Amino acid sequence: MSDLATKSASATAQTVFIKPQRGLVGFDLRELWHFRELIFFLTWRDILVRYKQTLLGGTWAILQPLLQMVIFNFIFGNIAGLSSGGIPRPLFTYAALLPWNLFANAVGDAGRSLVTNRNMITKTYFPRIIIPLSDILSGVLDFLIAAIILGGMMFFYGFAPNQAIWALPLFMLLAMLAALGMGLWLSALNVHYRDVKYIIPFLTQFWMLATPIAYEAKEIYDRIPDSLHWLFALNPMVGVIEGFRNALLGTPIYSTGTLWISIVATLVLFFTGLLYFRSMERTFADTV
Amino acid sequence: MSEIAIQVKGLGKQYRLGGKVDGYRTLRDTLADTATWPLRLLKGELRHRAEKIWALRDISFEVQRGHVLGIIGRNGAGKSTLLKILSRVTEPTAGYAEIRGRVGSLLEVGTGFHPELTGRENIYLNGAVLGMKRREIAAKFDEIVEFSGVSKFIDTAVKHYSSGMYLRLAFSVAAHLEPEILIVDEVLAVGDAEFQRKCLGKMSDVAEAGRTVLFVSHNMSAILRLTEQSIVLEKGELVFRASTREAVDYYMASGLSQSGERIWSEEDIPADAAPFKPIAMRVRDPQGKVAESVQSRQPLEIEIEYELKQPIQGLRVGVYLQTIRGETIFTSFDTDEPKQYDKFATRAAGHYLSRAVLPANFLNEGQYVLGINASSFRVRRYFQEERALAFMVDAMGAPGMQWPEPRQGPLRPLLDWDIEQIEAVKA
Repeated sequence: MSDLATKSASATAQTVFIKPQRGLVGFDLRELWHFRELIFFLTWRDILVRYKQTLLGGTWAILQPLLQMVIFNFIFGNIAGLSSGGIPRPLFTYAALLPWNLFANAVGDAGRSLVTNRNMITKTYFPRIIIPLSDILSGVLDFLIAAIILGGMMFFYGFAPNQAIWALPLFMLLAMLAALGMGLWLSALNVHYRDVKYIIPFLTQFWMLATPIAYEAKEIYDRIPDSLHWLFALNPMVGVIEGFRNALLGTPIYSTGTLWISIVATLVLFFTGLLYFRSMERTFADTV
Repeated sequence: MSEIAIQVKGLGKQYRLGGKVDGYRTLRDTLADTATWPLRLLKGELRHRAEKIWALRDISFEVQRGHVLGIIGRNGAGKSTLLKILSRVTEPTAGYAEIRGRVGSLLEVGTGFHPELTGRENIYLNGAVLGMKRREIAAKFDEIVEFSGVSKFIDTAVKHYSSGMYLRLAFSVAAHLEPEILIVDEVLAVGDAEFQRKCLGKMSDVAEAGRTVLFVSHNMSAILRLTEQSIVLEKGELVFRASTREAVDYYMASGLSQSGERIWSEEDIPADAAPFKPIAMRVRDPQGKVAESVQSRQPLEIEIEYELKQPIQGLRVGVYLQTIRGETIFTSFDTDEPKQYDKFATRAAGHYLSRAVLPANFLNEGQYVLGINASSFRVRRYFQEERALAFMVDAMGAPGMQWPEPRQGPLRPLLDWDIEQIEAVKA
């Protein structure tokens, strides 16, 4: 898309230059700020619409992770007999499902977002990143609702958060950044290749199994050679979930090294996603 | 003060043809293309696949601040592409444009409307999509609701609205946009006649308030009413710029056959017209001669020649008659009459002529345009061209010619007036 250049020639007049863009394009944070109200309204729309015409409404935000937890506990705990690191199993699973659902729902919604909002893209101008971004932001409300139950469970099992709780927002941010990175990749790909729609459910399913939600990260690290630890840690959600459990339940993080790998992987995912999205953005309106 | 608000220089937009123009690609297409690339390279087909067309080419113009510029052109002439580029929805391939001032663009009304949300919620959402600030929307909220006339249903989900209510609400939000530069595409063609009048009024207010407006419409009377200057686009190129009156006349006359006969060549006929194949459309005078000009006091014959490659069920072939300004006078089909309709329930393959006679003393003097439509109702439209052929009507000897004054209206009937003296008054 064209860049927005504001000239200071006159106080109110803004001049827009429209010309073809070549090569890599920068990212204009100032422009994003200019459109902040649109981000707000689209997030608000996504939240309003999400549970319209559902029987249970916002209850789903709680029901979804609760049911998942029950099933996971039964399969991985009762049948497979995996350890939950000395933490009550419901708490162990639920604390991981919280960021996982934030991530997985956001990736799914954001991945499809450009195509579902095709109409807006072909008729108005705004930085296109706002569309997947608002999908990710709207997931935060579900996350917060589900977090209330977590608070209740922690109280019930007598767990008080330790001093590492300050890191919780950071790990939440990390999950959102990973979701945004993935969302940018998938949504931009989806504009050209509708295959993405079919890939998303598989992807999240496999991804969930590769993420230590129902098991400890240690189980994997202990089973694979040290030289391959980085491979498992490449999954940004490994770092996020270890961080969540550490901040809330005080379970140890496997190693700072693997945590950093997750963080770096998230940043790489985010910045490459941003780059790809920006380079494809100019063709969205013509192809979507 | 002659300040330039919009400057466009050498603007062009190229689209890729070949492959799937209308749709999206699947991963399989890309994989297949990649796999067959060496083969196609050998066959020299690469260039062919990457064939490109210019939807817009070398467009340059300026608009002074406070002026209203009309953009006229046929479907596919590049009007919408031009507006999309100026609205920054899509990027140009060549050239540049400079726009000085806050731009509001209305390529459609109701962009971003969500059926599950209420009218109130949608006003805010749509306002934000159009670039209004929340405070601005809140300040104008009551005005918007009142203008739309749907205040009773403002807290009802818009999916329960009738399409008229929906459009009225959507237009109302758009009408309250107050940018320095407004870009409008064909949005007045919504709603019922009364609401359209209201919208047109609102648009002239905008124009009179000294804002710069770019205005695209098929409705020539709207263009004439709202704009002073217009540009005409033809096949992606700017071919004419003048006062709107001149531009409209230029556009109306351009590309139209004036010879009383329109013949369709192979490349004029879209592939999806088959099995219907239009051959020609003619206007004949009472002597049976193909005529570009007919007299108002004489009947005229409209003739459509076509071929059916296969039998078609329920086919109707007909004409639209329009004034040169684009107002439709009537539509008529060759199977309007029930007996005729039953007789031609299935029209066999073959070579046909459909003819109709317009009675004498029917049309006023002026220029008229004939369009053609061949379709099966609710099944398929085989072929349509709204402006296929132009012809002149001259008023020589027409009713009322004893007064050398122009008469309003497209019709000039000779009515059977009766003048009766009820009582004589002595002078």
